[in-house]
Amino acid sequence: MEETEEEKKDEADYKRLHSFPLIRHSDMPEEMRIEAMELCVTACEKHATNNESAAKMIKEMMDKKFGSSWHVVIGEGFGFEITHEVKNLLYMFFGGSLAVCVWKCS
Amino acid sequence: ELKKEFTRTLTADNPHAPQNIVRYSFKEREYKLVEHMDQTAIHFSLNGNMIPKDSDEGRRQSIRSSIEAEKAPVETAAETSEEAEIKEEQTGDTEEEGEGEEEGEATVEEPEAAEAAEAAEAEEPPPPKVPEKKLANQFNFIERASMTPQNPLRERACQSEPLPSENFSANVNQWDIYDAYVEELEKMEKAKEKEKSKPQAVKREEEKRGVRKLSQVEPQHIDPMTRVAKAAKIAERMVNLNTFDDIAQDFKYFEDASDEFRGQQGTLLPLWHFQYDKTKKLAVTAISWNPKYKDLFAVGYGSYDFMKQGHGMVLLYSLKNPSFPEYVFSSNSGVMCLDFSSDHPHLMAVGFYDGNVAIYNLKKATSQPIHKSNAESGKHTEPVWQVKWQKDDMDNNSNFFSISSDGRIVSWTLVKNELVHVDIIKLSAEGMMQGPEGLQLQTLGCGTSFDFHKKIDYLFLVGTEEGKIYKCSKNYSNQFLDVFEAHHMAVDTISWNPYHLKVFISCSSDWTIKIWDHTIKTPMFIYDLNSAVGDVAWSPYSSTVFAAVTTDGKAHVFDLNINKHEPLCTQLVVTRKKNKTTHIQFNPVYPIIIVGDERGLITSLKLSPNLRKMPKAKKGQEVKKGPEVEMAKLEKLLSLVREPESK
Repeated sequence: MEETEEEKKDEADYKRLHSFPLIRHSDMPEEMRIEAMELCVTACEKHATNNESAAKMIKEMMDKKFGSSWHVVIGEGFGFEITHEVKNLLYMFFGGSLAVCVWKCS
Repeated sequence: ELKKEFTRTLTADNPHAPQNIVRYSFKEREYKLVEHMDQTAIHFSLNGNMIPKDSDEGRRQSIRSSIEAEKAPVETAAETSEEAEIKEEQTGDTEEEGEGEEEGEATVEEPEAAEAAEAAEAEEPPPPKVPEKKLANQFNFIERASMTPQNPLRERACQSEPLPSENFSANVNQWDIYDAYVEELEKMEKAKEKEKSKPQAVKREEEKRGVRKLSQVEPQHIDPMTRVAKAAKIAERMVNLNTFDDIAQDFKYFEDASDEFRGQQGTLLPLWHFQYDKTKKLAVTAISWNPKYKDLFAVGYGSYDFMKQGHGMVLLYSLKNPSFPEYVFSSNSGVMCLDFSSDHPHLMAVGFYDGNVAIYNLKKATSQPIHKSNAESGKHTEPVWQVKWQKDDMDNNSNFFSISSDGRIVSWTLVKNELVHVDIIKLSAEGMMQGPEGLQLQTLGCGTSFDFHKKIDYLFLVGTEEGKIYKCSKNYSNQFLDVFEAHHMAVDTISWNPYHLKVFISCSSDWTIKIWDHTIKTPMFIYDLNSAVGDVAWSPYSSTVFAAVTTDGKAHVFDLNINKHEPLCTQLVVTRKKNKTTHIQFNPVYPIIIVGDERGLITSLKLSPNLRKMPKAKKGQEVKKGPEVEMAKLEKLLSLVREPESK
């Protein structure tokens, strides 16, 4: 029991140590990408327990900065198929177990 | 062709209404064809202010006006009495006015009660009179009204382009995230290791690459010029066609009607001029039409002057664009000759003044030849005067022959991307010379031109600087089959007749053109043109027509069928003095010839109908076409010449 607990802790530590934001797919221009990424990181850290409010924050900020109709999904396990405007998609991992997908589509 | 009739029908459709509009439907997120287009064209519209009587607004207005009309007759009478009173007593007392009003009212009642008939009569005329009654007032008010000008309204509609959108799908699980992180860490570790071994710049590159792999590369930015290139080319050609429209019309349709009156003489109608800045100082040394594209021709530029040797160029022009060459190749040494390969129309062989030969590939975008000979690989030691492609040999390697003043005829074969040369023949001049140390040197004649037989593959003719023509075979490398004592000076051009198998023509700087039968030692026809002949060419459509250019700038066209002794047309092609015409070529398909001169100018000329005559059919006989007829024509002529000789 202790060993498994230790193992779990190790695993959790392992993931959190390597919890840098990892962009999986994006076709945004460079500056937009960096800004969006930082925004996601901030939001997820701020609302670490509540995915919905993190997503809400991201969506509202993106709407303000880059124009209307952004969509945000945050989660640990999901599949998706979306239609997005060209050069307005960001799909990244963060925090060792979170995946964030941000796209624009009016 | 110009007289073709085109029918036009009048329909009730609006010709300006577009017929196949495609509109983006945001609902369905796709482009849809708008099927029915409004065919009405509105030419004039005016918003009127007439209202139909029966509509709501109309009825309201009419009621209003009728009420006013009832009051009107009553009031008109009252008014007149009021006005009269006012005039009499103009000290506008309110009392009096009040009295006036009362009196007015009293008078109103009286006529109504007492004299109904009068009132009735009075009522009738007023309604047609003034439907809208301005209430007259005791105060001297003046009404004024004005309205600011109103801009007429126009409707405009516009729909923006839909934003481009793409689909994207992915699946994410915990293990997926974990794997991604592990992969990323490995890459970073590798990067760190390499950083220790290699300098920092490399590491940055790898990081960039690493980042790029994670986030997919943005689509490459295509250079805007290449995207526009094709459209620009088409636009350039269209502009040229518009500018030179009358020339294009002449080229296609114009047939000189005055030829009928000219007897047998013909004319050459100048069409386009092809010029390029950088070749203005160079002479045209070679012209060749492309076997595949009938409007494309290549021109080689160099210099015939021994003392002034400069660079050379090869330009490819198209008839569709007379203002600028399609391809430009430049070289260090002057170009002396060029030839298109008939098996591979994109390959061009070029011979240079410095003895080299090169092959240019038109499909590739480089301006340098794909293969070039050099001193090691057996280039000539003297200028290469002519190159000619042969059929692909047994291994399917393309090969061509070149002839040069160094007396060698060399066959070059393209074997696995290399030029391999084989000396075919060494032209030996008569006599052996005694060299130093008692060596016997063989003098080599200088070859200036050659031509291969169309049908008999191994047979070819060589013209030399001494004026001799050798008949040679590819199989015998040392001996000639025959020698013709042709000219007194260098033989500039030799050409087999395209139809008749035995006849060839040669021209030389000794002012003569000679036509030969290769079985007979003496020429069939001799023409003296009073000036050194630069080039002669058979026409592709008739076995008896050929053209020549002389150094005095004139082009001569002969038709043996019509006139055996004189040219049908002698025309001055280049106008500037001291400009010699150097080369001439017939277009294989169209009735035009191109002439090159010493100033780098190419002139294209159209042959008038007299020069293109086909033999007239006797009544009842069919006009036969084809090479047999041509051969027979020439044979007839030759037999006329031969018979007196044989006698």
